[in-house]
Amino acid sequence: MLFLIIKRILLGLITLFIVSLITFVGTEILPGDACTTYLERQAFGEQLEACYRRLGLNVPAYERYVSWAVNAIQGDFGYSLSGEMPIKEVLGPRIKNSLVLASAAIFIGIPIALILGIVTALWRDKLPDVAISTVTIFAMTIPEFISATLLILIIAIWLEWLPGIVIVPTDVSFLELLPNIILPVIAIAMIMTAHMARMVRSSVIQVMASEYVQMAILKGVPYWKMVFKHVLPNALLPAINVVALTIAWLLGGVVVTEVVFNYPGLGRLVIESISNRDLPTVQALAIILASIYVSINLLADLMTLMLNPRLKTLQIRK
Amino acid sequence: MSDIIQKVKNLSIGFKSKKGEEILILKNISTNIKKGETVGIVGESGSGKSTLALAMMGYVKHGLYTIGGECEFNSSNLLNMKSKDLEKIRGRKIAMIPQNAGQALTPNLKIGYQIDEALQLHSDLNEKEREKKISELLNKVRLPSPETIALRYPHELSGGQQQRVAVAMALAGTPDLLLLDEPTTGLDVTTQAHVLELLNFIAKDTGTSMVYVSHDLGAIAQVSDRIIVMYSGEIVLEGPSRDILKRPIHPYTHGLLKSIPKLSLAGLPESMPGSQPQPGIIQGGCSFFDRCNFSEEKCKNKSPHLEFLKELNTSVRCFNYEKLLKESQINQNVNKIKNNSKDKEILNLSDVSISYAKQKLLDQIFNRISDDNPTVKDININIKKGETIALVGESGSGKSTILKSIAGLLRTKDGLIRFEESRNLSSELKERDPNDLRIIQLIFQNPDESLNPNHTVEEIIAQPLKLYFGLKGEELKKNIIDLLQKVRLGEFYISRYPRQLSGGEKQRVAVARAFAAKPDIILCDEVTSALDVSVQAAVLNLLQQLKEDFGTTYIFVSHDLAVVRAISDRVAVLYQGRLCEVGPSNDVYKFPSHPYTEVLLGAVLEPDPDIKPKLVAEDIVEEKPPEKGCSFQGRCSRIVGDICKKEIPPWQLTDSGNAIRCHIPIKELQKEQI
Repeated sequence: MLFLIIKRILLGLITLFIVSLITFVGTEILPGDACTTYLERQAFGEQLEACYRRLGLNVPAYERYVSWAVNAIQGDFGYSLSGEMPIKEVLGPRIKNSLVLASAAIFIGIPIALILGIVTALWRDKLPDVAISTVTIFAMTIPEFISATLLILIIAIWLEWLPGIVIVPTDVSFLELLPNIILPVIAIAMIMTAHMARMVRSSVIQVMASEYVQMAILKGVPYWKMVFKHVLPNALLPAINVVALTIAWLLGGVVVTEVVFNYPGLGRLVIESISNRDLPTVQALAIILASIYVSINLLADLMTLMLNPRLKTLQIRK
Repeated sequence: MSDIIQKVKNLSIGFKSKKGEEILILKNISTNIKKGETVGIVGESGSGKSTLALAMMGYVKHGLYTIGGECEFNSSNLLNMKSKDLEKIRGRKIAMIPQNAGQALTPNLKIGYQIDEALQLHSDLNEKEREKKISELLNKVRLPSPETIALRYPHELSGGQQQRVAVAMALAGTPDLLLLDEPTTGLDVTTQAHVLELLNFIAKDTGTSMVYVSHDLGAIAQVSDRIIVMYSGEIVLEGPSRDILKRPIHPYTHGLLKSIPKLSLAGLPESMPGSQPQPGIIQGGCSFFDRCNFSEEKCKNKSPHLEFLKELNTSVRCFNYEKLLKESQINQNVNKIKNNSKDKEILNLSDVSISYAKQKLLDQIFNRISDDNPTVKDININIKKGETIALVGESGSGKSTILKSIAGLLRTKDGLIRFEESRNLSSELKERDPNDLRIIQLIFQNPDESLNPNHTVEEIIAQPLKLYFGLKGEELKKNIIDLLQKVRLGEFYISRYPRQLSGGEKQRVAVARAFAAKPDIILCDEVTSALDVSVQAAVLNLLQQLKEDFGTTYIFVSHDLAVVRAISDRVAVLYQGRLCEVGPSNDVYKFPSHPYTEVLLGAVLEPDPDIKPKLVAEDIVEEKPPEKGCSFQGRCSRIVGDICKKEIPPWQLTDSGNAIRCHIPIKELQKEQI
């Protein structure tokens, strides 16, 4: 068991290493570099040399990679080009802001998704299923930028219930912030919840059709006891991995939503730094997003491992 | 009539097709189950037998619905009962033993809990008493150390053990009626015989009525007092077990019994043509008309009623049962197979060992396998050109493993596999040249999985033709049609997809694909196990015919000893990856000399109430072969002494050319038989 965990963690680290390499190589082979972008038309001669020296771009690429990697492991991603301040300091509040948004979406979305998924599966082909399924399929297919814009139009502009964009600084108290983030959270949570609800539904239906559930019914187990004892534990186990994937996938949704709502999170930073050609920041963001992705999946794998008696005993036997 | 426990009245169950038509799975079924009797329901897949059994518990599968009729238990109709009331009957009055216990036990709950659940629901025992009862139940189904078994999860038990747990669970509510849905299908012969014996014991001991659903007439013959034969959703024959098995008066049952291979008969049984009509296809007349040998003109237009014959106590759905009454007994004609084997050796396995052990790092570097106790060890077989040699044994005996090695799908640890004395085939697939690949072809157990569902029959058969012979255009097409004709499929099959074919037709396509490569050797891995009995005989006959035409050599793996008896010239008996006995089929079957062969053959179930299985050894499952001594020492009832545990027994030869690996002297082994 321990061996397996260590193996998974190692694999995750290797993934991160490869991601960092790819982003580094990618930024290297792109035409132009940080200095030519920064100096624009003055990018020649003495000035360019000086810039290279200042940013340390005059040493060979692999050396730069090594020193960058060594620093990155310690949490130091160097300096951002546009703001000329440490990326660390830029990232800190942005990560916090995005986390607030994402976790709110997750904590609201997952329970709703589970309930919807289970309800639709148990009342399969009946009215609750047909109604909820129609809504979830609808919610799944509308991209965030449209649902976000619609939300702004209806709730912020027509009804004037909530602010349409985030206008307060994010370090105000939670209560003050709350009305500002309700719409972005709904926009993010919608697709994710719909997706998860569909997954849970099909997983529960599959288990409901299994021979052991049929057996439980034929044994005379009352319906709800059967659902909670025989169906849900087996149906939700595979759903854990799906949930993890959806959460990881939510990162992409966060980017779009943040831009629409003008919310100062990681997502907007991604867009900003790409359009500013702020390569060190893009690199740092790639690594951070990748590590979030990898660790969520790792967590899900470990959870399945812990909860599935089959996998558990297999490991012990070996 | 108070002795009737379950009354099925005019029951019809069906589903709505996409076009909105009503399609019947069960057509107007009526029957009674009496107290204390065991009723067998037989039929091919799709005959509606499982649907009937489930309806007897008031359960109709999702997608199906009751069109008419009743299932009465204690004079209340289960099919319109509220689920609250059904919960009180299910498990307490009527209990089910499922087909596949491995899948019918909830994977995340411990065995003890699952039995306890039934006890909580259906008894007033307190926790302490229930605990005791669980042990009692597990003991009753003869599971060793009940206390530890109760703490295990289902996947930690073997197939036979899981089935026993399912029996224990069903008995927890002390039901009046037990429904068994193919309870022994998928178990090894020996385990199957033991489970059936247990069920018989329980029926006698508790006086419970049983409904035993199976496609296997052999199993039905061992347990039932009365038999119901179903065909295409109808009862076609119902009567006392002995009469039905000895003197079936319905053509379908008659043909079915004729097509089952028997241990006592060498040679291939006659096959029944055609296949059961799909549900929804409405024929004007009798549903068995186009497969019937006794049919007349009127059968085509008018469908017969189920007629009760008082003097025979039998119901039959046939106009011509009197013709069958005159046929006093089933005359099973078998086509004796000719032994075409030449003296020339075609494949030689010498000292072959195969291991599934994972290669450690050092082994990977030196490209070797280190395992002192490999799954398959010391296999020495000479296979002659044109013969059919069968490998038999229980699951885990290594028979499929050996096939995989010959095919090159699995690498051998030691030993040599040689083709025609010269060519070395010990290598894996990727190291073999195309011609080495062509000479050996495989036919798999399940054609649903071995045929690509997105390819037409044409594409499936064309592949080997293109690959090995580079055929193109007209010539390719001509060859494909030729091959289809050889496996008795018409030209119009060429554009069909596997899903448009029946099980037997699919397997024919698989056979055609194998022969397309013009191979010297064909490996047949349980090729008839997934087929219905009536189709099985046809496929066996086809294989035999093709072999005679092409002079092919078959290596035939099967768990069904009667099938092996029918088709093979020579048999090799394997236990735990070690050979026990090799010899001509006639001798092995007539005088099973090795103690393990005796166990295997003793456990075979024949569709004859007079032939009872002989249970010689316990059906324990051994996970690994013993490190030292005879491979069968763990279960042998005739151990001579310490020598069996310490030394690998020597090969002993009989006069008839049988080779037996046992410490008991050959004279003594043979004496026991006579």
